[in-house]
Amino acid sequence: MKAPRPSTLAWLALFALLAWPVFDWAVLQAVWPADLEACRAARGSGACWGVIAEKHRILLFGRYPYDAQWRPVLATVLIVAVLVAGGLRRIRHGWQVGLALALLVAAVVLMRGGAGLARVPTNQWGGLPLTLIVSLGGTLLAFPLALLLALARRSQQPFLRGLATVYIELVRGVPLISLLFMAAFLFPLLLPTHLRIDILPRVVLTIAGFAAAYLAEVIRGGLQAVPAGQFAAAQAIGLTWRQSMQFIVLPQALRVSLPALVNSFIGIFKDSSLISIVSLHELTGAMSIALGGDADWRSFYLEAYLFIALIYWIFCFGLSRCARGLEARLRH
Amino acid sequence: MVRSARQRLLAFLAQLALAALIACALAWLGQNVLDNMRERGIRAGFDFLVEPAGFDIGEGPLAFEASQPLWRAFLAGTLNTLRVGLPAMLLASALGLLIGLGRLAQHPVPRRICDALVETLRNIPLLLQLLMCYFALASLLPDASHALAPAPGVLLSQSGLFLPAWRCEDSCGWSWPRVDGFGIDGGWALTPEYMAVLIALSLYTAVFIAEIVRGGIQSVSRGQIDAARSIGLRPAQVLRHVVLPLALRAIVPPLGNQYLNLIKNSSLAVAVGYPDLVSVANTSLNQTGRAFECIVIVMAVYLSLSLLTALLVNTFNARVALRGSP
Repeated sequence: MKAPRPSTLAWLALFALLAWPVFDWAVLQAVWPADLEACRAARGSGACWGVIAEKHRILLFGRYPYDAQWRPVLATVLIVAVLVAGGLRRIRHGWQVGLALALLVAAVVLMRGGAGLARVPTNQWGGLPLTLIVSLGGTLLAFPLALLLALARRSQQPFLRGLATVYIELVRGVPLISLLFMAAFLFPLLLPTHLRIDILPRVVLTIAGFAAAYLAEVIRGGLQAVPAGQFAAAQAIGLTWRQSMQFIVLPQALRVSLPALVNSFIGIFKDSSLISIVSLHELTGAMSIALGGDADWRSFYLEAYLFIALIYWIFCFGLSRCARGLEARLRH
Repeated sequence: MVRSARQRLLAFLAQLALAALIACALAWLGQNVLDNMRERGIRAGFDFLVEPAGFDIGEGPLAFEASQPLWRAFLAGTLNTLRVGLPAMLLASALGLLIGLGRLAQHPVPRRICDALVETLRNIPLLLQLLMCYFALASLLPDASHALAPAPGVLLSQSGLFLPAWRCEDSCGWSWPRVDGFGIDGGWALTPEYMAVLIALSLYTAVFIAEIVRGGIQSVSRGQIDAARSIGLRPAQVLRHVVLPLALRAIVPPLGNQYLNLIKNSSLAVAVGYPDLVSVANTSLNQTGRAFECIVIVMAVYLSLSLLTALLVNTFNARVALRGSP
């Protein structure tokens, strides 16, 4: 073994100089139990992870009724199970897709109530299950629309193509917040006066409309990667346009665009934090309910932020690994 | 694809039907809007823009007071969006270049640090990073009377970052910030809201730019570098005169997309109360109830900014692209 180069030692020294105070604050001097006095004493020198021990239920589940919190727990477990199964490429056959969708619906029913469970209005939903439902629900609802938009944008019909192009470019040109303001303030005006829709479905539909524009561009990229000869060959053996698309072109196009679709989902998962601005208390918004009104624990926001950031990070990092795996498989 | 006359006619009719369907849907929505507005007693139109705003805007290049008309508030908001967006673009590009080069470094330690930075920042929502940044700047820093002085003439505290400024009032000269009782006087003040948006936006965009820089540099073929070395260029010269100009061609188009994202992401400023366009629109929406008009203005401004950015990037791209490349 060679002796380490002097530059290595210099780099390691710099790294230690930067990392040591963080380690000291986060581990050595930290207060772990929910002990307010100890936390106050350690303020400035050590982290107060006690704030998470004290507030983890509000941080994770928002204002959901305390004694019914097994329902959001179970809903989260169901959704995460579906995500993990999908990430490990265990959802392949038609019946497995059906089962996954049924589990997601079951998760929403668990949250909402009905079927023998007490109703919980959506303004009491919050935390991680809400983040998952909004981002996954939005993406799944966006997918059929995205498929249609991608096909329309490559269509030979000028009106159809123009319509899809205008929609996609319009949505991609404005920030998601402006669309969410639309969901909050404008949607009620667009519907007949007697029809009132709850804010959560309005927001999920808006996220779906937003995501559809981005997913459509990804799918269009996949469609462009399929050689023109494939479609011509399908037509030559007498398949109709629909059959050629369904059995020949789309399976190849979607396979190519799968990694980019997963990356788009990561983006939507992160963007779902914006719904806290229209006062839906998902992970980011639950923090203000957990700490904003509590004068004792309010000074330990940073630790709560780091806890929430870690949850986001685990999901996004896991999904990005999954996208990378899919990409590597494509190359072989 | 060859089509028969009958197929063409069918396609035409299908498009006509689609157009009719969309026209009907729009008419239905429009009628609903009119009904709803009549029921709630809301007036329509952009005439409210000339009425006094009724709220102040604390910072920005265009001073704004409550008695001034609302259109000026929207203008001040747009300028505030640019005031944070343009410096953020510069900072994000510089940091992105640095982190991207760091990820390609031969030495494992800086490479690992840059890898970790990218993997951390891009997997956490920007909004959360922004809120964290704002909390750190507005609550964890000492108050103004105990301001930190990281460099001579620079003061950092809960009330913001204060830099020396060149002022011309009676006579021209440097205005130095100094602690004055419970506040800080003089100098050039950057509020914690502005700093939080600038830092979070730059860092978040920088890690995406770093990936683009890395990809662009990796796309430069080995032979170009070997050739440059063999004619006796030093590594820094190889980077400056050979690798970066070649990599720029792969970097510019996706970089333009990141600039577009940055401009759109600057709308998150509303979450920390920096008075950008969205924040002004939100306040006026709550005060006047003109939801439709306010949202239309926001969308129109962002669409114009997006188009302008795309235009500039495309012009620049045409200049760096290889002649004759597609």
